[in-house]
Amino acid sequence: MAKLTLKERFKKVSAGSGDAARASKFATSIFRPGSPFRKGYSDSPRNRSYVVMNNVLYHLHPVKVKRHGVRLSYTLCLGGMSFFLFIVLTITGIWLMFYFRPTEMAYADIQALQTSVAFGSLVRNMHRWGAHLMVLVVFLHMSRVFYHGAYKAPREFNWVIGVILLFLTLFLSFTGYLLPWDQLAIWAVTVGGNMASYTPVFGAQIKFGLFAGLEATTATLLRFYVLHVLFFPFIIVIFMAIHFWRVRKDGGISGPL
Amino acid sequence: MVDIPEHLLLRSAEARAKALGITVEQALAEMKGESAPTVVDDEPEVIEVDLPTPVKAEAPAPVETPKVEEAPAKAEAPAPVETPKVEEAPAKAEAPAPAKAATPAPAKADTPEEVDFAPEVKVTQRLLTVVKAKPIQKAASEPVDKVNTWPHLMLPEFISLMAMMAFLILLSAILQAPLLEEANPNITPNPAKAPWYFLGLQEALSYWDPQIAGVMIPLVIGLIGFAAIPYIDRNKENNPSKRKYAIMMYTFFLAGAGTLTIIGVLFRGPGWNWTYPWIDGIWFDDLLDWIYFE
Repeated sequence: MAKLTLKERFKKVSAGSGDAARASKFATSIFRPGSPFRKGYSDSPRNRSYVVMNNVLYHLHPVKVKRHGVRLSYTLCLGGMSFFLFIVLTITGIWLMFYFRPTEMAYADIQALQTSVAFGSLVRNMHRWGAHLMVLVVFLHMSRVFYHGAYKAPREFNWVIGVILLFLTLFLSFTGYLLPWDQLAIWAVTVGGNMASYTPVFGAQIKFGLFAGLEATTATLLRFYVLHVLFFPFIIVIFMAIHFWRVRKDGGISGPL
Repeated sequence: MVDIPEHLLLRSAEARAKALGITVEQALAEMKGESAPTVVDDEPEVIEVDLPTPVKAEAPAPVETPKVEEAPAKAEAPAPVETPKVEEAPAKAEAPAPAKAATPAPAKADTPEEVDFAPEVKVTQRLLTVVKAKPIQKAASEPVDKVNTWPHLMLPEFISLMAMMAFLILLSAILQAPLLEEANPNITPNPAKAPWYFLGLQEALSYWDPQIAGVMIPLVIGLIGFAAIPYIDRNKENNPSKRKYAIMMYTFFLAGAGTLTIIGVLFRGPGWNWTYPWIDGIWFDDLLDWIYFE
């Protein structure tokens, strides 16, 4: 027997499997025309367009993109990674909220999460390392955009939005830093808050507003918690929507160099 | 036949009677099919001038001759309709056309070259200029080489996401996020360090006045300065070889921020004094579980 390529083998295995299910009324009610999950999908230019057009999530993309833009070496997928990490952080963050109270119980809750909740430690680690990674990736994304000169007309304002997104990312990370309520958290945030207090004229007021008092207490914890899980995510999602929308309105990816 | 409401039938019969100059009853009878339709031949005749026998050509003219016997019953005396008095309708093909139509036809047929189809038209145009054929609108951009998003973009994207997810899960399984003792405002660790992305700033604070390092750098340079880059850099080129100055500036910034951050993370110990991580150990709790030099 002739040796099959991987593609042929896949076709042989998958031929007919699930066809009845994929052709069922139930499946066709879920997957819109052009979906690869629908029966009768074939690789045609029309279906390639439908895949994007007929799906609310993929619709973030245009149907066609510049050929040089899909090279991994051009974007390094850094913008997409930032967004993906944000999604991962949202999901793990919501999961962590089930086990966390922003009170004097916070530290005990984190300990309980690590010791007596299934996958608690893993999810907490993912949230923390993912957050550090996101700061890094967003920064690298900015550097990539700079080195490609991608902030130039007509993309000037999207760069401004991007800088705001970088700062929002930093704020998100910083407000989350306090939540474990251990010595690392409280003193890192104290240092950060002291930096903010050097602001001319309003320094003391800014620190007071940030800490909900003169120093980091459980009131600060509650304040940072609300900022972290509600306020900044809300703001950053708005700016991300503008950012993604502007990418397309400004003519897609920049370049080629 | 579709049943037409009586009032609509009446209305259209009235219109027809007015147009043809017949009575309403006659029109109504014609529409109901009770009598043959009236024909008005005051429309311009189509004259086939090159036919040798114009009379023949007009033979199929729609002369639906009403029966002479029926016509008087309808009392159509005032109608200007010329109803040719023909004895037998079926013979109309051979019958000569109505006199009115027939009389001018031979005259025209004899002199076909004199037929003036549009006597009022004079040749009035002259050549002013020659305009090249080209589109009114000019395409603003050159066509670019594009590929379908699916699969050429979405597949690499998906693979990248999966790789990142795998990396993150692996990292989280290996490295435990730090959790020190419970927060205690009365015990200040030495040194107290900010999150790593602020450590470059904290390091800068040890050199300069806090109002400069703590406020001016992050706010004026970091936020306003960075946001203003596209409005300061008016160079339109995006080829790296044509924007060396901008690239140099950004690289200086990167190197400076990176150096400050690395110093802040690794080379600062108690009292913010210079330490070597391979001698004195790491003074950064986020990294404690990662790196051991002992």
